[in-house]
Amino acid sequence: MVKPADLKTDEVITFCPGCGNYGILAALKNAVSELGLREEDVVIVSGVGCHGHMANFVRVYTVQSLHGRPVPFAMGVKIANKKLHVIVLSGDGDSFGEGLNHFINVMRGNSNITYICHDNIIYGLTTGQRSPTADKSMITKSTPFGAPEIRIIPVKLALVSGATFVARSYAGDIRHLTDIIKQGIKHEGISFIDVLQPCVTFNKINTFDFYNKRVYKLEKARHNKKSLASALKKAEEWGDKIPIGVFYQERRETFDEFFKQKQPLISRNRSKIDVSKTLEEHK
Amino acid sequence: MKVVNKLSWMIGGEAGYGIMNTGRIFAKTFTRGGLNVFGYNEYPSLVRGGHNVYHIRVEDDPINAAVKPVDLLVALNHETIDRHKDDLTNGGGVIYDEDVNLEKHEIKSKARLYPVPLIKIAKDIAGKDLMKNTVALGASVALIGYDFEILASVLRDTFKKKGKAIVESNVKCARAGYDYVSEKGWHDGFTHKLHKISDKKKILMTGNEALALGAIAGGLDFYVAYPMTPSSSILHYMVAKQKEYKFFAKHVCDEIEAVNMALGASYAGARAMVGTATGGFALMVETLSFAGMCEVPITFVVSQRGAPATGLPTWTSQTDLKFFINAGHGEFPRIVVAPGDAKETFYVAAEAMNLAEKFQIPVIIALDKYLSESVYSIDHLYPKRARIDRGLIVKNPKKGFKRYEVTKTGVSPRTLPGTPNGFYACNSDEHNEFGYSNEEIKNRNMQYSKRMKKLKEIRKVLPKPVLYGSRKAELTLITWGSTKGAALDAMHFLKNEGINVNVLQVTYVFPFPTNEINRVMKKNKVLVIENNYTGQFASLIREHTGVKVKNRLNKYDGRPIYPVEIIHKVREVLRNG
Ligand SMILES: Cc1ncc(C[n+]2csc(CCOP(=O)(O)OP(=O)(O)O)c2C)c(N)n1
Ligand code: SF4
Repeated sequence: MVKPADLKTDEVITFCPGCGNYGILAALKNAVSELGLREEDVVIVSGVGCHGHMANFVRVYTVQSLHGRPVPFAMGVKIANKKLHVIVLSGDGDSFGEGLNHFINVMRGNSNITYICHDNIIYGLTTGQRSPTADKSMITKSTPFGAPEIRIIPVKLALVSGATFVARSYAGDIRHLTDIIKQGIKHEGISFIDVLQPCVTFNKINTFDFYNKRVYKLEKARHNKKSLASALKKAEEWGDKIPIGVFYQERRETFDEFFKQKQPLISRNRSKIDVSKTLEEHK
Repeated sequence: MKVVNKLSWMIGGEAGYGIMNTGRIFAKTFTRGGLNVFGYNEYPSLVRGGHNVYHIRVEDDPINAAVKPVDLLVALNHETIDRHKDDLTNGGGVIYDEDVNLEKHEIKSKARLYPVPLIKIAKDIAGKDLMKNTVALGASVALIGYDFEILASVLRDTFKKKGKAIVESNVKCARAGYDYVSEKGWHDGFTHKLHKISDKKKILMTGNEALALGAIAGGLDFYVAYPMTPSSSILHYMVAKQKEYKFFAKHVCDEIEAVNMALGASYAGARAMVGTATGGFALMVETLSFAGMCEVPITFVVSQRGAPATGLPTWTSQTDLKFFINAGHGEFPRIVVAPGDAKETFYVAAEAMNLAEKFQIPVIIALDKYLSESVYSIDHLYPKRARIDRGLIVKNPKKGFKRYEVTKTGVSPRTLPGTPNGFYACNSDEHNEFGYSNEEIKNRNMQYSKRMKKLKEIRKVLPKPVLYGSRKAELTLITWGSTKGAALDAMHFLKNEGINVNVLQVTYVFPFPTNEINRVMKKNKVLVIENNYTGQFASLIREHTGVKVKNRLNKYDGRPIYPVEIIHKVREVLRNG
């Protein structure tokens, strides 16, 4: 079994000291290790943002795709080779700003992919502009008087889009996050995990301190994760108390089950293809 | 005397009448008799109400393009007559329903009028008028003296899936149309006759079908698209065949999703292709550049239509050559290939995927509405010729594998995820040999030049332009993509007039075949023929050879370039010295 330390590359980690991304990086490696996955079968597809640099730091097959496009790329990987464990790392910017349609679509299609959103409620890499998950009132470089749009609640959007595993965790609780990621990888179908990720440099509101005071675990709150109605109700909770844990889980036909894929597409026998019958139809 | 088979037939009517199907059935009726056919359709971007036509040329000799003149016109409404009466040839005729009020004086040519109760016959047999087109086919066959049984066989095969009753009513309707004309004795006065010339049936396909089947034969694993005319029929063909050939095809959420999915699939080891029209390609451009940076193979098939913007959705154009060559931010190698007809398209589909995988680059197959949707008759296709070349894929890499190793050719062996020790980062940021982000000057220069070096290697293997006709000629017609057909037909026609021109078809357009074009420009006077305003290929000639192209034929109204237009232009060019 691969140890978390073996999943390290030689690249210098470039996150700001104290960034929530360290916690996510640690939990991700823990989850791969604890599940005993073969490292060569893990593909991490990230978007572009601070979180995207993670592609340099985990010694598995990694992709830093385009801003807003990790989801369709990951869907393609999974269709080509269903044996792979495909994990999407995406910012709140590239989940809900650039390419929001992919988010809704992948939930509806129920691809067997794990989708981790590094939700720092800010654009980190571009140095601190407003994100779609921010409150109307949030003042940033790009929104000096706030903005008319109300915030997107990732968990809620995932629920109404048809996700079959919806969870939230916190970069400040590596054990909890590890367990949630493990559950997500094991889930058959799309698993969406919204991770509260403090950006210590640009988001002075949603800090570790802010979350430490507010988060509580659904696992201990007698929440029924089979009920969509209860999940939606919990999704609205954001204030003095912020729930983390699994909001919702169901088993529904997955993308590859619909296409009745038994073998990975890439192992089909191309040398046997014979189109002469179809050519006859053209005569 | 040699009997000459030669006919130009057209059916026209309101959109929604099933004109396209009818035209296709008739085309097959002739390819089953061993004849050559070219079929061309025109229709507006409407589902109902607009004017649709299907035009078929049939001859003994190979034919390559649509023409204007019509020998036999089937007019399902009066608009068809209004629009096409001036195209009627002197020995021609018009088949129309008795209900269409048509007076002899409306038609200037000596074409004869054949009123047939199309609707009444269809209603009597099938209960509704839907099969009036089939009645018209029967009537047409009677006039030209062709074998009715061949038409019946095509009808049977076409409607087989719809059940026996539908098959039988169609055959009956056709027979009734045939008998009506025969009883009137009209066939005696109609001079255009067609005869079966061989038992060898020809293949009949559109450019889009050739592309799809060629790709399937060439080991396509993955095709995704978002519907957009004139590329949608590729998608329809692919999804219909995916179970039989066990590959993946899907209509996805939008073009950006399509291209990123295809890139992901290719990265993971699938032979992937994405299809669209030029407007959809515009949305894919950022990802094209991503493919260039990460050296992930991908094949685009893009059909051009009238632009800018939504433009002329159902009409043809060649306005996007420079777009294909320059699309995408940054510099990276690519191949642009523009097949000239369905047969070339069949082979290009597989070859494009090979080139994409061999050089780990994007390859763009440029089609246009005219090639995508016209039907071509083809003597033979050899699917086995489409050998599969997947390029350099390493199965057992050693530890410390360098995915982006700097090599002599610029191509570095790749691994597929799932391969032990083959880890790397497929990274849209500039990266080092392992794929990890790196912005240092030395590394940047090494990786950049490694990618660009491939262009030189590509030039070595890229098929050269093909010269048709005699080596020595008074004038060389230069074409790329679908204008090839009209140029070839013009060349043959001019030969009979004693004017000797040849045609240089540039199918592999980019990297630009500088040496070959240079040679031609030095040796001969040329005429560059393009379906655009600015003369994009002519401008590339100047860019790459330094020679200004003096003679150009351009057209940009959405209609194809007809052989006769080329013939006039050639005469003009030769007259002016
Ligand atoms: C098409 C495109 N538009 C804009 C950018 C610039 N850009 C890079 S990252 C980013 C947003 C980063 O925010 P987020 O996705 O939340 O990631 P974070 O940096 O916070 O991890 C933007 C706008 C880009 N790379 N590509
Ligand atoms: S800017 Fe914010 S998100 Fe980015 S690395 Fe620094 S702390 Fe982390």
